[in-house]
Amino acid sequence: MAACTRRASETMGLLRILRNLTHNERLLSTSVMRHAAASDGPPKFTPPAKPVIIDKTQKEASLRRFLSPEFIPPRQRTNPVKFSVERKDMIQRRKVLNIPEFYVGSILAVSMSDPHASGNLNRFVGICTQRSGKGLGATFILRNVVEGQGVEICYELYSPRMRNIEVLKLEKRLDDNLMYLRDALSEYSTFDFNMQPVRFELTGDVSVNQLKVKMKPKPWSKRWERPKFNIQGIRFDLCLTPEMMEHAQKWGEPWREYDMLKEYDTSSLEKQIFQEVEENLSK
Amino acid sequence: MALSLSGVILPKLMQQRTFSVSATVAAIQKLTRVRVVDNSALGNAHHHRAPKVIHVYTKNGVGKVGDRVLLAIKGQKKKALIVGHKMPGARMTPRFDSNNVVLIEENGNPTGTRIKTPLPTHLRKMEGEYSKLLAIAQRFV
Repeated sequence: MAACTRRASETMGLLRILRNLTHNERLLSTSVMRHAAASDGPPKFTPPAKPVIIDKTQKEASLRRFLSPEFIPPRQRTNPVKFSVERKDMIQRRKVLNIPEFYVGSILAVSMSDPHASGNLNRFVGICTQRSGKGLGATFILRNVVEGQGVEICYELYSPRMRNIEVLKLEKRLDDNLMYLRDALSEYSTFDFNMQPVRFELTGDVSVNQLKVKMKPKPWSKRWERPKFNIQGIRFDLCLTPEMMEHAQKWGEPWREYDMLKEYDTSSLEKQIFQEVEENLSK
Repeated sequence: MALSLSGVILPKLMQQRTFSVSATVAAIQKLTRVRVVDNSALGNAHHHRAPKVIHVYTKNGVGKVGDRVLLAIKGQKKKALIVGHKMPGARMTPRFDSNNVVLIEENGNPTGTRIKTPLPTHLRKMEGEYSKLLAIAQRFV
């Protein structure tokens, strides 16, 4: 009886080993080969190779050195402690919510929880036209044309209602603010809600879309031809005469660029904050 | 000087309206021109005068999404519900490129049978009052 049970336990152990072996094979481990080589004598125990777990649900992150612009405090006399405390909270939030790298001109899909939407989830796709605010109050604006109706939504990056931010197309445009899309033809701000994400390179510079938009006839919400906006992405030659363009230059303030009091060099600050964020995010 | 300058430019600019008649200031108030977004015959009929607000049923006279207004449309008075405006509201709520209204009867039932343009989801807060209007909406953002 006892021998029988021992036999049974032995076979069970063998089975377990066999199952492990087959399991290892599926993971493409090298330990199987080693077992075969040491066939003479009792096989020495070799720990199976540690499997490399690749989480395919998580999208691969960019390898670029990128610091979100809301980390850089504005140039003012506010106590810097305020910004360092906010930074801590932002990092805390970033550990839970994946906030990807994106720029003005990128196409994003944002899901936010909304008690009035079906399934408590509201998804919106659009082009990022503006990023503003510093610290925890940072916002960005998505624009799209739905059923011929221009719609813009201003999202708070660190709002607890934010569920998921997905970059569908990572690119930049000629300008840092695309508010002029409100006065451009609707085809330039129309995006499909079922758009598939476009693959982007993980290293190197982000590509700049050199698209120049055609505008609706005036009046516009702002006089975009004025030098203070310094817009590159509009085909002014189609809607304004050269005399009108020259007339707009009257409002130019070319001396501002030499105003040393307005200079704000963030490069060293950026480096320091980047290091701090990197350290705390990996903790 | 200024007069002569405007005299030169004026004929050219006469061809187009040189001012926007529905600015983003203060959402919707008296005399705001609005766009009727349902498919009612009255709202879609062409008339030489655009529908405009002649009264806003709020205490401060400023109408936001979900407020009732009285319209002057095709020479008659008609009540309407604001379903979107140009002025940005709270964060995480949509802002539209036009001032949209839906015509309603005195009892809150919609005059039209369909609303094609998207409505803001936070209008659903008024489900009890305007359930029939929300039921004919095709899309929410």
